[in-house]
Parts: sequence; structure tokens; C-alpha cells
Amino acid sequence: MEKIPNQKAWLLVLPVFAIVAFSAVIPLMTVVNYSVQDTFGNNKFFWNGVGWYQELLDPATELGGRFFASLWRNLAFSAIVLTIEIPLGILVALAMPREGWGVAFSLVVLALPLLIPWNVVGTIWQIFGRSDIGLMGWAINRLGFDYNYVANPIDAWLTIIVMDVWHWSSLVALLCYAGLKSIPDAYYQAASIDGASRWAVFKAIQLPKMRHVLVIAALLRFMDSFMIYTEPFVVTGGGPGNSTTFISIELVKLALGQFDLGKAAAMSLVYMLIIIIVCWVFFTVMTNAGQDRRPAGGEP
Amino acid sequence: MMYALPGRRVVLGLFLVFLLLPIYWLLNMSFKTNVEITSTMSLWPQSPTLDNYRVIFTDPSWYTGYINSLTYVVLNTILSISFALPAAYAFSRYRFLGDKHLFFWLLSNRMAPAAVFALPFFNLYSAIGLFDTPWAVALAHCLFNIPLAVWILEGFISAVPREIDETAFLDGYSFPRFFIRILMPLIASGIGVAAFFCFMFSWVELLLARTLTSVNAKPIAATMTRTVSAAGMDWGVLAAAGVLTIVPGAIVIWYVRNYIARGFALGRV
Repeated sequence: MEKIPNQKAWLLVLPVFAIVAFSAVIPLMTVVNYSVQDTFGNNKFFWNGVGWYQELLDPATELGGRFFASLWRNLAFSAIVLTIEIPLGILVALAMPREGWGVAFSLVVLALPLLIPWNVVGTIWQIFGRSDIGLMGWAINRLGFDYNYVANPIDAWLTIIVMDVWHWSSLVALLCYAGLKSIPDAYYQAASIDGASRWAVFKAIQLPKMRHVLVIAALLRFMDSFMIYTEPFVVTGGGPGNSTTFISIELVKLALGQFDLGKAAAMSLVYMLIIIIVCWVFFTVMTNAGQDRRPAGGEP
Repeated sequence: MMYALPGRRVVLGLFLVFLLLPIYWLLNMSFKTNVEITSTMSLWPQSPTLDNYRVIFTDPSWYTGYINSLTYVVLNTILSISFALPAAYAFSRYRFLGDKHLFFWLLSNRMAPAAVFALPFFNLYSAIGLFDTPWAVALAHCLFNIPLAVWILEGFISAVPREIDETAFLDGYSFPRFFIRILMPLIASGIGVAAFFCFMFSWVELLLARTLTSVNAKPIAATMTRTVSAAGMDWGVLAAAGVLTIVPGAIVIWYVRNYIARGFALGRV
């Protein structure tokens, strides 16, 4: 749709601008402020320039070591859950029933994990994975595998990955389902007249139609898995050792646990910067995808 | 007519079982006594009891947690939707100075990690005297819910043809009257979807909610983490509390089930 140039539209945006500025800009300025200062307590602050940033970005220091370790851990985690959740979500969306009570039932069950408070998701899996009172932990041990997510880092990772797949695959599935629903029947009729195989239909019709929602899904999942805090915190508390300490957990430890304001603030800003860059890529891709679509098909 | 996926019933069935099994296990535990939980492994409660739920509904430190959580969630949903509606209309209909940058800036707040904001929010809301009130959490959650609401509503408003606006203005409708009497009923499902998402993200968030409250406005999620460790792991009550946190979400899902798929696509399919 062609938009009308109208500067008065700012009046409509102003309330949102004001409240988000209050919620985002003021706190962010506090962070910037902390990130260039040092304190010896008593609310006395000293100018520290880029000292915290130098320390943060140098893996040889204690702070830098912790930051990079949690950053790589977090990137590995995001990569793993994305490679599982995207194909699984597509598969589930393709498997959705077409009509009848099964549709409503499946949608409600799929959406259920998304509406459980994140700490309860953690609690559910903390219990489910325990070898004494949890069905999963008990069953795996019964099958003869030595499984203990509290003591063994690999088991802890497996538990958290399965938990994330459980928690978020539905999001991908629901998005893909919405994409599939938007395909007109005529496409399938044409395909069946041409005698196209199942795989050809998927490749030539369904996948291209899902591309737009898949971009949303992949990027939402990347952002959220990159910011994950509550669920692993409840299940493993970042352990055993530091094996599941992701960036957010490290950051909260620094800021609210040790009250190392300068270090935490510098880390916050670098963390934000990474996310904003990815977000910008996301926004550009989205906008371009929107522009590509309109002239091609002329659909809404 | 979609091409059927071979074995699709099996795939979907297995996945739904995978989703339901951990929830069932929690439900199962919530009807057991602690002795039964720790001593035997049974797929259903051998001697079902409602004691765990009784504890929650009679102990104020438990049930006020639910009231606090629902208070800030509802406040946040109302705030987010009422702020986002006019802005979404502006983004959908008009081009104005800095619109793209503003939209991107809003969106980037949706992606801001809560961990970054925990400490500054604590300072900010303490300074203005809102610490430990539902308003602090409701306002803090606006950080990610308003951008999301603007984004969803913009998608739905863009689907309304502009001829409708123009006809209404020609008929002499004032802007507020047009907005409330004509536009809002037209995008009612969009408002429902946006409200659903605001409810959802405010309901599931814990880090900010916990940081901004201590006693009076403590959310149920925080009650779960604290009371339990103090009581030496009362598994049954913990499970019952967990089950009760799933209920509001399940009710809301039921009402919006027909719009869920489109809503998750942010109105952009």
C-alpha cells in the first residue's frame, strides 16, 4: 500500500516514543555511565575510560576469559537448537491435520509450552530429568545409561537442548503452519495435474511460500536462544562448573551477584551491540522480503 | 487440499506426546504426597490427594503471588495495547520523518536482553518510588511488549483497505470516533492476538519481575523459587504451583485458538 507523507503522524507515535524512551533510553544511559567508571564503594565513582572494554575484549584477562567462554557457549547453543528446531518445526507443520477437531486440538497443545512461565519450564525439566523422581531421568537410567544432569556436563547440555526443543519448536511449527495455510488450493491442483511428486511439491511450492515466515522463525529463535536465562538457570544454575553458563547468566552474576557495575555495564553494551547488529540484518531482510513479494504476486 | 506427508499422523502424534509428557508428569506429581513422590515411581497417583492445592489456596504467601502476577500482566496488556494502537496506525498509513529508523529502534527493544536491563531498571524504579509495585513490572515489560504490539497491529491495520478510512472521514467522522467506532472493530481479531502476545510475554517473564519486586508485589514465579528452597523441597506443592501457572495460559489459548497461527506469524503471512 502506498503511504501518504504526513508529519502529523508523529503525534500518534509520540506516546509510544515517550514510554519506550523512558523504559529503554534512561536505563541504557545508566549502563553507559557505569561502563566508563570505576567505584570503590560508598557511591563514589571514578572515570575509567575504556578500561573495562579493553579488559572485556581481551581473552587473557579473567573478565575477558569469562565473557568469551560464555559467548562461544551461547553461540554453540543457539546453533544447535536452531538446527534441530527449524527442520522439526517444518515437519510438524507439514504433519498438521487439514480440518476437523484435530486442528484446534493440535494448535492448543502446540501453543501450550509457549505460555508456561520460563522458570516453570525449568522446574518441569528439572523434575522430569531427575533420576530419582523424574520420568525421563529414571527411564534413561533404567535403560542402562548413566545419566545425571547435575554432575555430567554433557548430560546437562542434552537436558537443556531437549528442554529448548520442547519449549520452542512449536513456535517454528505454528509459523510454518500459518505460511502453509496461505497457499491457495489452486497451486496443489496444478501440481497434481502435472503429476508432481511429494518432494517436488515441497520444494517448488511449500518451501518458497514458507520462506518469509521461516526468516521470522529463525531470527526470533536466534535472538531468544541468545538471550536465554531463566530456563538453564533453574535447571542447572549454569553448572556443572561453568558448562552451561550462557551470557545472560554470566551478566546477571556480575551485575546483581557481585555488583561489579563497571564490568557488567561494559559487557551489557557489547552484548547489546551484537544483538542490535543481528536485529538490523533481520530488519533489512524482512523489509527486502516484503518488497520482493509485492510486485511478484500482487497478494496482500 | 495439501499433499499428505507420509506417516504424518505418527509424526504429529509423537510430537504432541513429547510436548504433553513433561506437563503430564508435573500434573501427576501435583496429586501425590511427598512420600509417594520420593519413594515410588508410578505413572499415575496411587492415592490421589488434593492437599498440595489446598496449601496453595489457603496460604496467603502462595495465592497472593498469583494475584500479583495477574495484576501486572493485565496492567501491562492494557498499557501496551492502548499505546501501540495509534502508533501502529501511523506506521501503517503514513510516511513521516524518521519512520523507518523509529520502527527499527522499537524493534531493537523487543530484542534487548532482559539481563542488560535488570540492574538499571532496579535503580530507575527505586528512584521514582515504584519499586515493589505491580506498576514497576507492568512498565518494565512495556519495553518488549509495546514494540511487539505495534508490530502485530501494524500488520493487521495494513490489511484494512485505506478506502474505509477515507469514506469514514468523508462521512464526517472525527479521527478518534473513526478509530474507536470503525477501525477497532475491524481489527478486533488483531487486537485479540496482540493482547494474547502481551499477556504471554509478560506472564512468562521472570528475571525483571523478580528483580523489581521484593515482598508486596512478588510474582508467583518468584514465590516458587524462594519458598521451595526454604521448605526443603516440597515437591508436591511445587508441582501444584507449576500446574496452576499453566492454567491462565491454557484458558487464553483456548479463546484465541483460531488466530494463534496467524498471530505467531505476526499478521504477516
